[in-house]
Amino acid sequence: MTTLIDRRGPSRRALLAGFGATGALMISGLAVINPREAWGLEVANLKPETMRTLIIMARDVYPHDRIADKYYALAMKPYETGAATDPALKSLVEDGVVTLDTLAKAKHGVAYADLGWEDQRTEILRQIEDGAFFQKVRGGLVVGLYNQEEVWPIFGYEGSSADKGGYIDRGFSDISWL
Amino acid sequence: MAAPFDLNDDSVVVIVGSGAGGGTLGTELALKGVKVVMLEAGKRHNMEDFVNNEWESFSQLAWTDMRTTSGSWRVHKNFPNLPAWIVKSVGGSTVHWAGASLRFQEHEFKTRTTYGDLEGANLLDWPITLAELEPYYTKAEDRMGVTRTNGIPGLPGSNNFRVFEAGAKKVGYKEVSTGRMAINSQPRADRGSCQQIGFCFQGCKSGAKWSTLIAEIPRGEETGNLEVRPESMVLKIEHDASGKATGVVYVDKDGKTQRQKARIVAVAGNSIESPRLLLNSASSMFPDGLANSSGQVGRNYMRHMTGSVYGIFENPVHMYRGTTMAGIVRDEAKHDTKRGFVGGYEMETLSLGVPFMAAFLDPGGWGRSFTSAMDGYVNTAGMWLVGEDMPQETNRITLNSDVKDKNGMPVANVHFDDHPNDIAMRNHAYSRGMAMYDSVGAVRTLPTPPYPSTHNMGTNRMSEKPRDGVVNKHGQTHDVPNLFVSDGSQFTTGGAENPTLTIVALAIRQADFIAGEMTKKTI
Repeated sequence: MTTLIDRRGPSRRALLAGFGATGALMISGLAVINPREAWGLEVANLKPETMRTLIIMARDVYPHDRIADKYYALAMKPYETGAATDPALKSLVEDGVVTLDTLAKAKHGVAYADLGWEDQRTEILRQIEDGAFFQKVRGGLVVGLYNQEEVWPIFGYEGSSADKGGYIDRGFSDISWL
Repeated sequence: MAAPFDLNDDSVVVIVGSGAGGGTLGTELALKGVKVVMLEAGKRHNMEDFVNNEWESFSQLAWTDMRTTSGSWRVHKNFPNLPAWIVKSVGGSTVHWAGASLRFQEHEFKTRTTYGDLEGANLLDWPITLAELEPYYTKAEDRMGVTRTNGIPGLPGSNNFRVFEAGAKKVGYKEVSTGRMAINSQPRADRGSCQQIGFCFQGCKSGAKWSTLIAEIPRGEETGNLEVRPESMVLKIEHDASGKATGVVYVDKDGKTQRQKARIVAVAGNSIESPRLLLNSASSMFPDGLANSSGQVGRNYMRHMTGSVYGIFENPVHMYRGTTMAGIVRDEAKHDTKRGFVGGYEMETLSLGVPFMAAFLDPGGWGRSFTSAMDGYVNTAGMWLVGEDMPQETNRITLNSDVKDKNGMPVANVHFDDHPNDIAMRNHAYSRGMAMYDSVGAVRTLPTPPYPSTHNMGTNRMSEKPRDGVVNKHGQTHDVPNLFVSDGSQFTTGGAENPTLTIVALAIRQADFIAGEMTKKTI
């Protein structure tokens, strides 16, 4: 395995990563960037690798193929900002990612973020799902992801309606397939 | 607006809470010429302030002061500090309720007689009958403008209702309709008709839905006999050497401790806060808490057997468009032990937005099973199952002396375990709800666990004999003649029906009694 990776070289690895777990997420200096979605997230209070892993983990916890990485990154951003003032949160997150990588390396020889299949990563998450790190991430994400108004149209949810006069004239009873 | 009353005015009736019970009682007394001071822990919002956003509204309205939980119910695991999803605001949970207004059935006032001696269930007949409450149900339906009563037409059927109705008919149910709702289907009582906004749980922004905030309290205030003091958290009820209540101690909006004197005190803080207040009012004369000679204060906590079923279809439903609770099936509400349990349940449509769907569909759930269900959101129809749960002495509100609120008072701990009858009923209800959606082509059905309690009942229950409960048939405590309980905690048993209409009917009846006794000078 070592030989294979060596032969492929870093660019090949980056390419593989682009199609695998990491999606288009890359590290550039002190930022996580996503060239495909054209955004970057500066990381000042966590390791950039930690932030990238958190974003991948977020998608593994609530995988929606139609939701862009950006929204998972936004949902995870509070851990980055929170780490500046909350040392306990910072170590919970940093240690949590170390645990993910340790478990992934023990079983597959690579870090969590470099595992190619969602199922492989999910299996790692199942091992830690009752722990404080996973519970913290999942509990924050269930609000932080689904409460972003920008993702609602993906689910077909229209949000606020009183400002539009309700649905009395906008299809509250327009079902046609019954 | 009401003239403010003096803190030392001991001729007033002090009501703790402004929801279905307290808000109605206070208004009714004010209309009868009785002076009322209503102390409400929450803020006062106008309907223009309500927000069509589930989490933002939750922050605005929900009671999120610390509470703790214990027991085997799943809420303890998933929402350990949110046993109940109820409101801290003027208007109480009538701001948040969905509007379903159903009368109890005759046998539900006589459960001990009808169901017999069920192991583990602390069943008791109510000290009143349906016949005695009927005139008050009629009054309540009129003032709340309940559809399908008083000649008021039903609401039109939404998409969510139409899927539900088609499924109900397919499996052979007969009693399906858009229900009896305290939501105007046509303009009435200076309030307009429903605009099918949705977000009924977040406070009705059109005013079509009845609440004590917009439909009762302003009427009471117009008389000059009702003063509402928001952001006033009552800590303790005080009494004199003869054992009569003399007033309450509360913390006002500025954080100052005040003492309001009273001729009568009525507690209507809901089935968690009301027993908490009585227990926190313990004294040397009442060492186990006020009005607790029976030991029943806080016991027999009921939350209704609940659960939800969501059905995902091949095509769009848009369940969130229109009223949150858009229809009902009543066929399973009867008492029929052939189903393997006593009592019955209602099936009522329900919808949640994406944020709350994610939080409540399978609390703690994650991964593809969860997210593929969320991906089907727009094609999803939903129903809530609500039935009679068994009163159990061990399901109870106690004081958690290890955890104090910001005023230094012990918080409430809510302990709950399902009774085997509750579990049997829930399983039956899941299977019937899933059958309804399957019959009209659901590709997937999801039996969803109970949410934090919205129906909270029974912790200061009515009883004929003082040893069996806390209050008599008028909500008057057995132990303290000028102390009343005016909310759902009076319920001897819970019935299958949403409790608000019964709370309002009892409050109107209690107002008659209190005003009469005041005239007779017996209290």
